[in-house]
This record gives sequence, structure tokens and C-alpha cells, in this order.
Amino acid sequence: MRYLPLTQADRQAMLGVIGARSIDDLFVDVPAEARLAGPIADLPNHASEMAVERHFSALARQNMAAAHHPFFLGCGAYKHHIPASVDHLIQRGEFLTAYTPYQPEIAQGTLQMLFEFQTQVARLYGCDVANASMYDGSTACWEAISMAGRVTKRKKAILSSGLHPHYVSLARTMAKFTGDALDTVAPELSAKTDSDRLLAAIDAETSCVVVQYPDILGRIEDLSAIAAKAHENGALLVAVVTEPVALGAIRSPGEMGADIVVGEGQSIGVGLQFGGPYVGLFACKEKFVRQMPGRLCGETVDTEGKRGFVLTLSTREQHIRREKATSNICTNAGLCALAFSIHMTLLGERGLRDLAALNHAKAAAAAERLVRVPGVELVNESFFNEFTLKLPKEARPVVRALADRKVLGGVSLGRLYPGDPGLENGLVVAVTEVVTPEDVEAFASALEEVLA
Amino acid sequence: MTINASGWRPEMGDDEAAVAATYTGNRALMLEEALIFEIGDSETTGVDLAAAPAAVARLGGLERNRPIGIPGLSEPEAVRHYTRLSRQNYAIDLGLFPLGSCTMKHNPRLNEKIARMKGFADVHPLAPTQSVQGALAVIHELAHWLVTLTGMKAVAMSPKAGAHGELCGILAIRAALEARGDARSTILVPESAHGTNPATAAFAGYMVENIPATAEGRVNLAALKARLGSDVAGVMITNPNTCGLFEREMKAISDAVHAAGAFVYCDGANFNAIVGRVRPGDLGVDAMHINLHKTFSTPHGGGGPGSGPVVLSEALAPYAPLPFVERHGNEFHLVEEETAGEHHAQSFGRMTAFHGQMGMYTRALAYILSHGADGLRQVAEDAVLNANYILRSLDDVLDAPFGASGPCMHEALFSDAGLAEGFTTLDIAKALIDEGYHPMTMYFPLVVHGAMLVEPTETESKAALDQFIGALRSVSLRAKQGDPGLKTAPHFAPRRRLDETLAARKPVLVWKEPEPAVAAE
Repeated sequence: MRYLPLTQADRQAMLGVIGARSIDDLFVDVPAEARLAGPIADLPNHASEMAVERHFSALARQNMAAAHHPFFLGCGAYKHHIPASVDHLIQRGEFLTAYTPYQPEIAQGTLQMLFEFQTQVARLYGCDVANASMYDGSTACWEAISMAGRVTKRKKAILSSGLHPHYVSLARTMAKFTGDALDTVAPELSAKTDSDRLLAAIDAETSCVVVQYPDILGRIEDLSAIAAKAHENGALLVAVVTEPVALGAIRSPGEMGADIVVGEGQSIGVGLQFGGPYVGLFACKEKFVRQMPGRLCGETVDTEGKRGFVLTLSTREQHIRREKATSNICTNAGLCALAFSIHMTLLGERGLRDLAALNHAKAAAAAERLVRVPGVELVNESFFNEFTLKLPKEARPVVRALADRKVLGGVSLGRLYPGDPGLENGLVVAVTEVVTPEDVEAFASALEEVLA
Repeated sequence: MTINASGWRPEMGDDEAAVAATYTGNRALMLEEALIFEIGDSETTGVDLAAAPAAVARLGGLERNRPIGIPGLSEPEAVRHYTRLSRQNYAIDLGLFPLGSCTMKHNPRLNEKIARMKGFADVHPLAPTQSVQGALAVIHELAHWLVTLTGMKAVAMSPKAGAHGELCGILAIRAALEARGDARSTILVPESAHGTNPATAAFAGYMVENIPATAEGRVNLAALKARLGSDVAGVMITNPNTCGLFEREMKAISDAVHAAGAFVYCDGANFNAIVGRVRPGDLGVDAMHINLHKTFSTPHGGGGPGSGPVVLSEALAPYAPLPFVERHGNEFHLVEEETAGEHHAQSFGRMTAFHGQMGMYTRALAYILSHGADGLRQVAEDAVLNANYILRSLDDVLDAPFGASGPCMHEALFSDAGLAEGFTTLDIAKALIDEGYHPMTMYFPLVVHGAMLVEPTETESKAALDQFIGALRSVSLRAKQGDPGLKTAPHFAPRRRLDETLAARKPVLVWKEPEPAVAAE
């Protein structure tokens, strides 16, 4: 077996050193009734590389890869071009097969990368500090709500109707158990957001207002008024960004007064991967840092005075504080954070701005083309690289019919908000730099055919 | 004729300090590397993008009007930056990584290749299910083998890491209790538990109480039984436990917990010791997370991503979180919110956006299929054999507090008893760094003074183990003799001991431009 180096002779010699007659002697503490007599039933015996690869190749062929088709899906996961060097570098064994940097003298590579990552995220979001990553955007969003509760000592969060429904669903699950109250409604298929509702709902009981920017329908709105009202009432503004590339074109939430900014980092450096692993970004104002969840990397010096980095403020964390920790999070998304950081370094400020401009221009051109399909209307007044169309009929079967025509034509709101008749004609369309004019044309004509 | 290969000449003397300083600060292959903020700038980029066609901006009047402050590097500079950084890390690919409880085993590269197949790596989580049948098949197949290997009823695949899986299991327990109108307040956790256990229980709204251990390092069954009552929701047990021992009385523990109307959560972090030989379902476990990044060898990546599917008993299966993959004939269905009402009405809800860590599922399934039933059994046997070999090869120089309790499972536990006055586990760990090893887990479990938890895993050869044993023996003897050189170790790593107190007292978490120097008067 290719991954197991011990030989039969090694095993015998080692049993001799231990003073055991057979391997079964080492499992003597397992009660006899719990010991399996032989190899586990049903599972075949070991297989060659070739056989295993063949099995997966066959399964992979049954999926429509984004790169092979006109592709327009978004809603929290985006298809961007990832430079070849990103995947090469994250496969360096010293990154790929390292553990959490608990021994900083031999983990400066990971630690310096995390320090650079934290700085990149903080600056992108317009915040003072960022942590070393979370599992993904949705779990980061709940952790932000939970943190706002600790900071304000209040238990009522107001969620914008433009927040990703999976993020809302997760928060609902958690709030059931923690006793937090969530004020939440579904969005309307309209250019106007529910910011008036949010402003009206903020009161002295509110721990935080959570607003996605751009939101689930792609709409972009100034957060300053909500931030001001929240602060007047002693509440925090939590901004959620599911498409970080947008921040190359639009103002950061921090600039508009957000106290905590969280989001999904997948767009930069991490592939679609059917939903995971992704990388949660988490940033906030400096004064809240001791209430932050997750790992933090900080600068220090060694005994010779050389600059170095360590994991720090771990007195917030579970392995020290146990039941009093700020969160139970242990693992973060180190390798995805590395991919994000490398891609961001390759882009740089200029590359990110150019990439954002390209996304926006392509999306605007696609929107113009798609509204020329009879019966199709554009819902948004504002958008970055994602907008919502109102179709003359239910969008969900349309998406399936488009897939039959080998076009992956967006995400239907019916899938995200089942049973909501006001949303069932909505189709969210994302257009990034990978989309060509031919793709848009293929989408438009397939859509015209399906709607006819 | 002989060759003076070193180039040494008598007038050079052998004063180390004279050759220590270099112009660059580098030491040959040990290369210093500045931060991207110090070497990059906002105009440099490592990508070529087509110019954006002129378009009317529809950004709601929120165009960015300030610089972001993100430096860029050209591709050669970026490749060099990250390659240099990588060389300052220890990794499994470089050597034995005996971090107890973390299962740092070899990461097969076939699994990397498979995870990157376009049909898995380049598919969108919300793509219509007709276009992702192969991806759903992978989830379904992995779920099947996880259930088979553990002897459980069902598995919740979506948790993103071990601690997230713990949360899933505890929420399932709470949902099950609430469904029968029996709200309970307390979760019992052994003193030796991972820190995530009490943190998880508290995060889910429970009070946490410790259960004491016996002198031989196992759960005190009598104390546990005495504490069980109508306020106890469940017990979180790690088996094999963090002292490296199998909980012999696991079945009796489960029976007592069930008799009191509570549930058994098993922390599956140490499943590697028993995979293919023992099924937790046969021991009365109700929920157990499986760290795919431990037992099933998905790479740790410098701290994630992990993946923590949770296997569930019949009693807890109805409360599992959404989504699920189900097979109807030859077609795979994804059960999300909309269809959940029909036959998953009791599900406690969603724990994450989308469907979990697909990139880890492909790798873990490839690992399972590569090893097969015979290979997985061999994995557990070799992991346990290697740990016992280390235990018995060193228990003459290091104190093994539970050495008399019988064989260990996949990790060997030592304490700091017998070291010279003023010498600690930390000194041994840092000296091991100089020997070319990542240290073992230190100061955990908390129940042993100065604990050293050594987990070699099954992917080490006997020669690799022998060299490690020699190194740990040498370092331990030095610590017993009070060798002062140990107090200042490591000497040969990219950095000497780092000041963690300074880092915590004045946290510097992001880079800031240095203050401009004030001109002298």
C-alpha cells in the first residue's frame, strides 16, 4: 500500500521492542464486542492511483464546468480568472502540509503571510484590523452578529432584506439556540432596498444592523445614513461583502461608517469548488479587537531583536479560555487565505481597480443586451457585476431549460426564496471578466428561445 | 594531493562571530524576506487585463474616491516572495510532524490532482442540479462510506471544520431534546477534553461541567453516573481520549447516559486510531464529527481549510442540518430549504451557505478508495504500532504518566517529571526544532503536568521513527542534565524565541507606513 511505509519485518521488530505478540495486543482496551473481526464490509480493498483517478474522472465528466460553457452564476460565489502562479504557490509543500503556526520559529512563512493578509483585508474593507480568516462568508456573518451582541450587550439584530438568504438562514439557525432576536424580511423585486425599514427599526435595543453591499440582487446603496442612525442608538453597523472585487470600484463599507465588515473572499484566488472551501473575511474597528473571533497574527521581535510574527491575543480563544472563549472556532481557512493574498498581491491596487472596471463594464454591456430580449426587464438602478432581471415567467424552470441548452444562465430567486410568488420571476445574473461577448450573445438567444 | 574543500586558511581562526554577519542578513539558503508593503507599490501589477470599454458607471454614485493601499508585485517578484516565505515553514513534506491530536500524516498528491479536476473545482454551488450530478454523487458516496466506517445511521456533511462539526452535533442534541419538550441545561465534559468541546457547548447555550478522570487517565464512570440527572443534555467524550487511551468503559458510559435521557457526543479527532477496526456506532455514540483533515488526510494548509462531517445515530438523524444529498434511482437530489418540509421537517436548519467543503470531499473520498477496507485497517494498526513504539522506546528517559495503564492508542503521552530544576517541556520542544523536527503538542492535555503528546501517524517509516526517537532521547537527557543551551533554543531556526508577551500587550495586527524620520535640529 503506497502510503504506508512499514514493512512486515519492521512491524515484527517493533512489536518485539514493545513487548507485544501481535497487533491485537495493542487493541486490548477495546472491548471484544466492539472489535471488528476483519476488514469493514462492502468497502473494496485498496486501489491503484490509476483506478481511483479513473473513478473520479468519470464523475467529473458528469458536471458542467464553468469554463466550458457560457456562465453567469453569482449570488455569493463568483467565477474569476485566477493567475496560474496562485495555484502553483499554494501547492508548495511547506504551505500545503504545514499546521497552524503554533511554533512560530518554524512557521514564519505562514505567519508573515497572515500578517500581510490581515493588512490587505483591513485596507480593502476600510477597517483598522482584520483577523486571519474564518470558514466562509456566511459563518463570518453570524460571528459578526454574535460579536455585536458581546460589544453592545444587546440581543436584537436587524437584517437587511438584501442579505444573502443562506446567510440569513444560518443566522436563524444559530439565533434559535442563542436566544438572539432577528428582524428579517424577504426582499422585493424592486430597485429600491429596504433601508427605510432598517432606519425605522433601529432603537435602543438594537445590537446591530446587517447590510449586504452590493446586496443579493446586486443593488448598491450608501450605508452612511444607516451607520449614523445605528451609532445614535448605540448599535453597530455590520456590512457584508460577498463580492470583494466590487471594492476595487466602489467605496469601502468602513469609509461609510461600518463597525464590523465581513464577507466571502472566494472571488479572489479561490475557485468555485461547488461551494467550498472558501475563505471568510473579518475586519473591524480597532476598539473592538478583543471581542473578535478567530485567529490573529501579530508582529513582535525575537531574542535577537529581529522582526517576527506570532499568533496573538489567544486569551480570546477556545484552547485557552475553553467555555469562556469568544467563539469555538479553531481551524480557519489558512490555505484559502494564502490564495486570496497571493492573488491580491498579483493584482495590486492597479490590477484590482482595472479588474473591477472590466467587470462593471462587461456587466453593463450584458444588461443592455439582455433587456432587449422580449419581456425581460432590468430590476436594478445600480449594480457592480451582478444584476437582477425580471422575466415574464417563473425563472427556475427557465434556468433548467437554459442548462439543457448548455448555458448556465444565472441563479433564479425561486431557488433562493422558495414559495415567494413576488420573487419567482427574478433571475440574478453575474458577469465577470471571464465572460465574452459571444457568451452574452449565446445567453441572450437561448433566453429568447426559452421565453418564446 | 588532497583538496581543502572548505577553503579554510589558518589566519581565519575559528571565531564564529566574524563570519556571522552578512550584508543581506541572509545565511545562504536561509533567506530573509520583507513584507509586500515594503517591496511592492500601488502601480505594479502581476496581471495583464484588457482595458475596460468605456461604459456609463451604474455604481449608484459610490465610485471609490480614495486609494485602497494595496501593493502589487510583478509575477516573478510574487513567485519569489511566496517561495521565500514558504521556506520558513516546517511541514509534513519536510519531516515527521508529531503534533498530538492533529494527525499530521502524508497528504497524497493524487488527491490534489483529483480535487482540481474542472468538473469539481470549477462548478458553482447553485448550478442547476442536472448539471452537477457527478459532484452530488461524490458527496453521496463519501457520506455512504463515512456512515459505513462508523456504523452510524446518517451523516451531516456541511460542517466546515471539527469545531463546526461539534457545534452541529450539540445542536442536534438540543433540537432532539426540545422536540420532546425536555429542555436541559448542562453538558458534561471530561477534564482532558479539547478546548473546543467546552467552547462549543457554551456557544450552543449550555452550561459546562467537568467530569474527573481516574488515576489511569480515563473517564471516572462512577463520578459520571453520580452527576447524571434530568438537567444533563449530553456528555462530550473523546475516544480514544486525549491521554492516548481507549475509553474501555465507553459502552457502559453510553448506557448510563442514555438511561438518564441524555445523549453521547464523541469527539472524533482521534478516529485515526480505530478506523476500520472499531465502529463508534457499536459503542452507543449518538453524534461524532470526523475531521477529514486528520483521519482522511486532507491537507492542513497552515491552519485550514478543514472539514467536519458529523455522523448521527438513529435518535439524532432527523434533526440533522440542511442541505442533504439524496439518491432517487440514478438521480441525485439536493435537499435544500424548499423541499425540506416534506421529509426533513425536524432539521435544525442550515449551518453554512451552500453545501460544505466539496474540495475536501473529493480528497477524502480518494483517500478512502485508495486505502480500501484492508488499507484503512492497516492505517489504524500502523498508527497505533508507531505510537507504542515511541512510548516504549522513550519511557526510560521520559515520564509516561499512563504508561502502566497498558498500550496507548495512536499517540504517546509524556510529562515533564524528572527534568532538571527550571527545565520545561517548552525547552524540549524548542530543542527539537534545532534537531529538525516540529515539536509535539505541548501542555495538552491539561490533566498532565508539562504534557508532551506525540502522534507519529502511520505514514512514517521505521527509520524515520528511530531517528526521531534518538533526537527526543538526546534532548530529554540534556533537559535532565540541565544543559543551559536548551534554554536558548532554537539556535538554528529562521527566528529565535519570539516575544509573545510583547505581541499581546501592544498588538500590531496590520502593517502601517513607518513614521517619517524627524530631522535633527
